[in-house]
Amino acid sequence: MNREIFRAEVQAFLQESLTPELRRAGRLMTSVFADFESTMQWHRILHKRGWVAADWPEEYGGTGWDINQRYIFQEECKLAGAPALLPMGLQMLGPMLIGYGTDEQKAYYLPRILSGEDVWCQGYSEPGAGSDLASLKTTAVADGDDYVVNGSKIWTSYAQYANKIFCLVRTSKEGKPQRGISFLLIDMDTPGITVEPIIGLDGRAEQCQVFFDDVRVPRANRVGEENQGWTVAKYLLEFERGGHNFTTDLKKQLARLRKQGEGERGTNGAPVLADPVVDQRLADLEVEALALECTELRIKGALTAGGNPGALSSMVKIVGTELGQRLSELSLDLLGPEVAAYQPDAMEPGFDGEIIGPEYALTSMAEYINNRATTIYGGTAEIQRDIIAKHVLDL
Amino acid sequence: MHIEFSEEQTMLRESAAKYLADNYSFESRQAVVNSGNGFSADQWTQFAEMGWVAMGLPEEHGGFGFGAVENMLLCEELGRHLVLEPYLETAVVAAGLLQASGDEDLMSRYLPGIAEGSLQGALAHAEPGGLPGLANVACTASESDGSFMLSGSKSVVGNGPAADIIIVSAREGGSPDDKVSLFVVEANAGGIQRRDYPTWDGRHASDFEFENTPAIARLGAPGQAGALLDAVGDRAILAACAESVGAMASLLDRTRDYTSQRVQFGQSLSRFQVLRHRMADMFVQIELTRSLLQAAAWQLDAGAPDAARLVSALKVRTVKAARYVSQNAIQLHGGIAMTEELPVGHYFKRLALLEHWFGSRDEHLARVAALRPAA
Repeated sequence: MNREIFRAEVQAFLQESLTPELRRAGRLMTSVFADFESTMQWHRILHKRGWVAADWPEEYGGTGWDINQRYIFQEECKLAGAPALLPMGLQMLGPMLIGYGTDEQKAYYLPRILSGEDVWCQGYSEPGAGSDLASLKTTAVADGDDYVVNGSKIWTSYAQYANKIFCLVRTSKEGKPQRGISFLLIDMDTPGITVEPIIGLDGRAEQCQVFFDDVRVPRANRVGEENQGWTVAKYLLEFERGGHNFTTDLKKQLARLRKQGEGERGTNGAPVLADPVVDQRLADLEVEALALECTELRIKGALTAGGNPGALSSMVKIVGTELGQRLSELSLDLLGPEVAAYQPDAMEPGFDGEIIGPEYALTSMAEYINNRATTIYGGTAEIQRDIIAKHVLDL
Repeated sequence: MHIEFSEEQTMLRESAAKYLADNYSFESRQAVVNSGNGFSADQWTQFAEMGWVAMGLPEEHGGFGFGAVENMLLCEELGRHLVLEPYLETAVVAAGLLQASGDEDLMSRYLPGIAEGSLQGALAHAEPGGLPGLANVACTASESDGSFMLSGSKSVVGNGPAADIIIVSAREGGSPDDKVSLFVVEANAGGIQRRDYPTWDGRHASDFEFENTPAIARLGAPGQAGALLDAVGDRAILAACAESVGAMASLLDRTRDYTSQRVQFGQSLSRFQVLRHRMADMFVQIELTRSLLQAAAWQLDAGAPDAARLVSALKVRTVKAARYVSQNAIQLHGGIAMTEELPVGHYFKRLALLEHWFGSRDEHLARVAALRPAA
């Protein structure tokens, strides 16, 4: 398909479907998540159009788009200010079920992810097992047709809204820690599950801790073989790392920085971007963003040619997240003391009061804070460097 | 933009890599450096015979008409083997300027000689006491009866001692407001005083004094120096950045190998996480630069409007990467890298000098800002 015709089709759809409220939700994002209500509203609009699972094959209700179309779609959504969709079902569990699920699991779960009926959260990390994921201790003990699950998961984003959780649990203590892990799908309303939201530094509860106390889960809810969950988990982790396109995020952040640089006045009364020192700081970040964009294009080229991006995805994770952090630092510098006002109410959907300062000032501090997490989750920047050292440099 | 190398391009890279691996050891390079010559005339003849020198020249003048992508592939290999021969000065810059001038007479006079390896070139632009820049050109050109006489000083002319033709920037008239043009001077013209000396990267350069030196011709119309240098500059920067990427890749390979075998505190250095992470960061620096390099080459060949900004971004990125990689290569090797004996320091010196090739990091950062597309 002609790319520019496709782009125009996406733009026209976004123009007509993105309400001002949805665009506001997209603009006010300070992490990978938009507010839940707007997210699901946008999810249903895309589902109706058949575009909610851009990356899935057509036979499972995906778009069947090639990699260029997916890239264009992602870019246009981001630039139009659409709220992000929840990745747990669409980008993590869905592709995993397509690869490893039974026919029954696929037939039951995939349509419910597409429609938004099921909202999934991810139960990987534990209070005692962060980067060392394989040391997880939540146990699942077989008992008749069920497993009985005990333990706790942490950093489960949006668990307070989710009705399902996919979990890594320990089913064996024999041999290497990776060998005794299984992958379970669990209903959040099963007796014995409690969810405690965790208030983040930005004042919002995006993360939760989930507790399991003698929770009975049917064995049929296991994905893959018993004790083979690590293979499934690794597939998902690679997807979490490589599936993200940082360039569009950074373009959005850069566009906002320019708006700030042209809108804010420096101490001499002129737009702050007219200051050559500031201008060159921005140019330096633009150079890095260009280099990252060209790297993502290289990866896309390798994927199109049927190759494997390999550890280039670890590199992109490091550079994309660290660059995002530097961009939010510049945003703070441009705003000056104006950044100080804490206005959580103004971030809520439907807010119709008066904002202190310009709208972009609402998000700068929260984004600066939340961006610290980007080099921690999905494999820390240090883990990514370990991966490059081991798998690329063969050290 | 989607970058995919053709079979022909891949063959070019592989054959260059093989030739240099077989015929261009560090020891043989050092023998040339210590012989007091800036490069090996025999190697240059080989390069010409393999078609490397003619690669980017137009077909009607003995070349192959290849573009920036092929140039990039070759220069990366030249950088990896720390090649001394003046490929950038002669094949990229001097030949490039002749081509960019569009002057058919000059092209047929010089390009076939360059293509076959019998003619060397150099660019004399910078002058003592300042960065190279049109505003700093004090050299003058006076015209009488359609011929030009040049007077003034030029400094640090790379490949100056070997150049048969020197392309000289000079002001037509005398005042700073007059136009700056480029002129072709042959090395055996009268009124030239040349002082030759080695440079830190094992090559040779010259300072020139011109006193009523007759020029063969002006390149293009009066006042075209800026336009010509910009046009050729982007391709020259690309070639130099490709050389830098090749040199950095070699440094990372050497650092990896060295830290893997060197034992300290009972284990190889490469087991220490602080060093593993440092090398991972060296890898990231190189690959980010390589991404920009490939994109800029592709866009230059496509005549894309964003090519100039990409080239400047590439220049900035390359300098950052070169400093990080070359400094850490020395740091991770330790004291032994401070000696003449190891190749590491020689790559370090070459990378440091390449930073100044067609504009500094700061100049190009300013160009990235100036060429920023409207929001």
